[in-house]
Formats: sequence, structure tokens, C-alpha cells
Amino acid sequence: MSAATATWLAVLGAGLGCYLLKLAGLAVPARVLERPGVARVAALLPVALLAALVAVQVFTAPGQDGPRLVVDARAAALLVAAVLLVLRAPFLVVVFTAAAVAAGLRLVT
Amino acid sequence: MSTLPAAERRAVVRDSLGVALATGTYGVSFGAVSVASGLDVWQTCTLSLLMFTGASQFALVGVLAGGGSAWAGAATALLLGTRNTLYGLRMAPLLAWRGWRRAGAAHVLIDESTAMGVTRGSTAAARLGFLTTGVVIFVLWNLMTLVGALAGEAIGDPRTYGLDAAVGAAFLALLWPWLTRSRLRAVAALGAVVALLVVPVTPSGVPVLVAAGVALLVGVLDRRPLP
Repeated sequence: MSAATATWLAVLGAGLGCYLLKLAGLAVPARVLERPGVARVAALLPVALLAALVAVQVFTAPGQDGPRLVVDARAAALLVAAVLLVLRAPFLVVVFTAAAVAAGLRLVT
Repeated sequence: MSTLPAAERRAVVRDSLGVALATGTYGVSFGAVSVASGLDVWQTCTLSLLMFTGASQFALVGVLAGGGSAWAGAATALLLGTRNTLYGLRMAPLLAWRGWRRAGAAHVLIDESTAMGVTRGSTAAARLGFLTTGVVIFVLWNLMTLVGALAGEAIGDPRTYGLDAAVGAAFLALLWPWLTRSRLRAVAALGAVVALLVVPVTPSGVPVLVAAGVALLVGVLDRRPLP
């Protein structure tokens, strides 16, 4: 299977799956999923996943034997993004300022 | 909806449009990041049309950009999509839709449409807030995704404009509103550290899934209720 085919399968399969997850919430009787343990895990899941995605996106780079840990311009960009979020900047400002910081740092280093 | 007083209807629509315009426009960053991650314009636009839930879309392209397998990207997107199931449970009795209306409403069941519907006192107001927000975001998000994807393709190497660094910032911005309580902040920190610890010993894409185990463990072991 080519990489493009695999990507298409992921796009279509996960896309359909995400729709069914939405529909399940509206269609399944509430008591099935409202057990406290299930609700707790479901509330914590996006937090753990998004935090892990931040860490992996920013602090890893492709190496010869797979990804390795690095600290580079992206770490500085993340720091600036965090400061902007504390200052309640809008999403687009946060994202594109972070990009500009990384690009600027690469120009001068 | 005819049962809603005109003043309340205007207020609900105004609030919903404010949230929808702000959210829909950041589809441009998804479009740009997605093509920078190696997806083509068609795949990028299909994600916004079919998946239509921002965090899952960013997750899928982020995992692929890091060299992760297609299944790891899909699994991460699906795990993030489970929170929409919880939103559905909250919204179902409020919206009180059945059949094809419910099937249609499910597609625009996202963070923002839930937020703008869940606070209303009546079914008519909940439906109006939910639909106005969901449909306006859907239209804008898809238009802006296309704009971002075409612009991203014109740019070429994403590193030139730091677009690779934009992905981490996007995830942090999506995470930010969740960090309201110390336990959630602790889970976030633990998830990030665990993911980085397993990076050297697992294939790309897997560390993020391992971090999902943190949520599972804390959710099972720490039995204090979350609000």
C-alpha cells in the first residue's frame, strides 16, 4: 500500500469514525455512557492527548533511528505562544506569531 | 423556533455568530498546517468536510507530519473525537431531535456549537444557538481550509515560514481552555512527560497514544468527581 493510499484510508476512516462518535452521543441512551468512571476518563483524555501532541510536535525531530528529542526554534515559538495565551490573544494570532518567531530565529542563527 | 421572543432570538444569534466567525477563520491555519504536513489539498479539504472537529484534524496531520503511521494518526484523531460523544449526551435532551435531523445535527456537534447551545433555557433557543454556531463554522471552516491549503502549497517548504512550529502552538491553544483545574493541569504535564519519555523507544505516533493511558489510569484510580 502506498503512503498516499494509507493517508486516504486514515482520512476517510477516521473522518467517518469521528462522525459516528458524534452521532453516538446524540443517539445512545445517556445511562450507557454516563457511568462516573467512563465520564472521568473521557474528560481527561483530550487533556492528556493534546499535551502529548504539544510535547511531541515541539521537542522531537526525525533522526537516523527514528525520532529523537531536541530543543530548537520551535521551543522558543511555544514559549511565545504560551505568553500570548496568558495575554488572551486570539487563536490565529497565537499560531502565526509562533510560526513567525521560529522563522525569524532560523534566519538569525 | 417561532416560540422564541424576537429579542432573545437576536441575542442568541449575535452570540453564536461572534463565536462562529472567530472559530471558522482559523480553518486557514489548519489548511496551511495540513499541506505543510504532507497531505494534498484534496485530503486536507476532505478532512474538514468529513471529520469536521478541529483538534482531531490537527492531531491526524500532526502525527503524520512527525513520521507516524496512518493508523496511529487515525487512532489519535478518534480518541480526541470521543469528547464529542460526551457533548452529544449533554445536548441530546436539549435539542430533542430524531431521525435525519439528529443525523444532520451530529455532523456539526463540536466544542463551540455545544457551548453556544448548552446554556439555553429552552429547546428552541438551544437549537438556534447550536445550529447557528455549527453551520456558520462548518461553512467558514471549510472555505478557510481551502484558502490555507492553497496558500500553504504556494509557500513550498513549511520551515521557511515556521509553519512546523505553528502546529505545537495550535495544540497548546486548543489545550489552554481545559487547564482550568489543578488535576487537569497535572494530567497535561504527566501526558507530555510520559510521551517524551517513550519517544526514543517507540515508533512515531505511538507516544501520543501512550499518553492516553495516563488519562485512563488517572480516571480509574482518582475517583474524585470532575465537574
